[in-house]
Amino acid sequence: MSEISANLRTDAVIADRSTSSRTAARPQRRPRRRPMPGPIVLTALQAALFAALLVAWYALVRAKVLPVFFFGDPVLVFQQIVSWFVTGEIFVHLATTLIETLLAFLLGVASGIGIGLWLGLSPLTAALFDPYIKALNAMPRVILGPIFIVWFGLGIGSKVALGVTLVFFVVFFNVFQGVREVNPVILANSRMLGANRRQLLTTVYIPSALSWVFSSLHMSVGMAFVGAVVGEYLGSARGVGYLILQAEATFDVNAVFAGIIVLTVFALVLDLAVTLVERRLIVGKPKS
Amino acid sequence: MTLGLQPEAGPARMPASVGDLSAHAGPPPALLFDHVSVRFGAYTAVSDSSLHVGDGEFVSIVGPTGCGKSTLLNVAAGLLEPSEGDICVYGRSLEGINADAGYLFQADALMPWRTALSNVITGLEYAGTERKAAERLGNEWLARVGLSGHGERFPHEMSGGMRKRVALAQTLIRDPKIVLMDEPFSALDVQTRVLMENELLQLWTTYRKSVLFITHDLEEAISLSDRVIILSAGPSTHPIAEFRIDLPRPRDVAEIRMTPRFVELYHQIWDAMKEEVLKAYERNQRKLAD
Repeated sequence: MSEISANLRTDAVIADRSTSSRTAARPQRRPRRRPMPGPIVLTALQAALFAALLVAWYALVRAKVLPVFFFGDPVLVFQQIVSWFVTGEIFVHLATTLIETLLAFLLGVASGIGIGLWLGLSPLTAALFDPYIKALNAMPRVILGPIFIVWFGLGIGSKVALGVTLVFFVVFFNVFQGVREVNPVILANSRMLGANRRQLLTTVYIPSALSWVFSSLHMSVGMAFVGAVVGEYLGSARGVGYLILQAEATFDVNAVFAGIIVLTVFALVLDLAVTLVERRLIVGKPKS
Repeated sequence: MTLGLQPEAGPARMPASVGDLSAHAGPPPALLFDHVSVRFGAYTAVSDSSLHVGDGEFVSIVGPTGCGKSTLLNVAAGLLEPSEGDICVYGRSLEGINADAGYLFQADALMPWRTALSNVITGLEYAGTERKAAERLGNEWLARVGLSGHGERFPHEMSGGMRKRVALAQTLIRDPKIVLMDEPFSALDVQTRVLMENELLQLWTTYRKSVLFITHDLEEAISLSDRVIILSAGPSTHPIAEFRIDLPRPRDVAEIRMTPRFVELYHQIWDAMKEEVLKAYERNQRKLAD
């Protein structure tokens, strides 16, 4: 959003430049900036844009400019979403996806912190594992999905495994970096204050690495979510990804769109929850 | 001669610049550099340096920028092992971290994720002091450095001067016999600096620590110290002269700078170090030209 407004401002500046070059006879004139609307006006504009897109979608489909078979009908999509919630059918799927996301997140963060600390503190091991970690990270993790289904079945196990492989690397690289880039002055100071090896770990290395983990919370949760949904889509019996898979199999494009919208809202809610948790957890750091 | 009692530091090995050891007949010095050299690869940062800090003495080391002053201090702290020579702490050869010493760093060394109080009591926490007792002592020390009521603030919520006070409390709460200070006030504005220097002197008068204070500011060195040691320009830094500061105590850092004796000392010491400062300056200019 801020990017867009920044662009708008640049446009305004460019427009001003072109006018001022035309009115070169009056060089005194200051270029005028278009004033930013207030937050309420901005929200209203954003809602209006959303409504306009929906109306355009509806009109184009009804006017048969867009074939309804491929693009669906917003009214039917909306009805599908309502019926999912009214019948309660959606909740088991939402709960499944949520549990998968949370488990993948927790396991990924725990393993990322553990292995990140270990390799960060042991340069020899880090050097030994370096090419393998690079290779694993470069590999598109989604292709592991079929293997995980073979290993862990169609239940939540395979989805959690896929999510963990995605979350792990985000957290691992942050912890590794955090340990490697611990402020040497803080480290020396703690040693002068009498810290032994274990105390250095618990009072300097881990807090320093955790601040890096917190800064990547949004990305980790997002990755866990992607792992869960993609896992469901590859083969499952429950979950929002499964709903979409089913709808696709019966060429019910309205249900596919409905599933996508539910997932998007779900992701936004998850992101909001992370923001709230973050506000509680991140202390002692200026907001930058 | 006390040093005769120590097998590794006989008086015959003492250089002329540390000549007034007779003033320290009695207990061994708090800190003794015995022919210390420090090399980083082919680069010799410190070469054959011998100096001492007596028990309860305030000694400043002054030298041109980039001459390896911090290296000397790191050696005294035990953070850096000398390539040659030996460090003796109260007559015992130092191995590993100097447990008798507290270190006030030039850069900010507070943990940004801990509050002021929590930072102050970090050392006690390491030593296994009971939490309640540690916090009580921590609050006392916060009050002593003029920060009572600010214990719950995080470092980023404090000014540079306040952070230095927290660091000072953090170091002194452990009651170290020796305090090493590496240009601790160089990042502060002039007024805050004078305040901090006066407070430091007050604390020093109360607790009589042995202080090794590093600075590039000659005025600061003279107004605080019992003795000022001048280092040569780097590389291969070594002490080239030392001056006893016979200004009366207690001193007010701002006022003492106006006294004739201060000015006299300043000129004497400046004459001795001018050449080294010029050398360092020329070398920097050459570096920039390359």
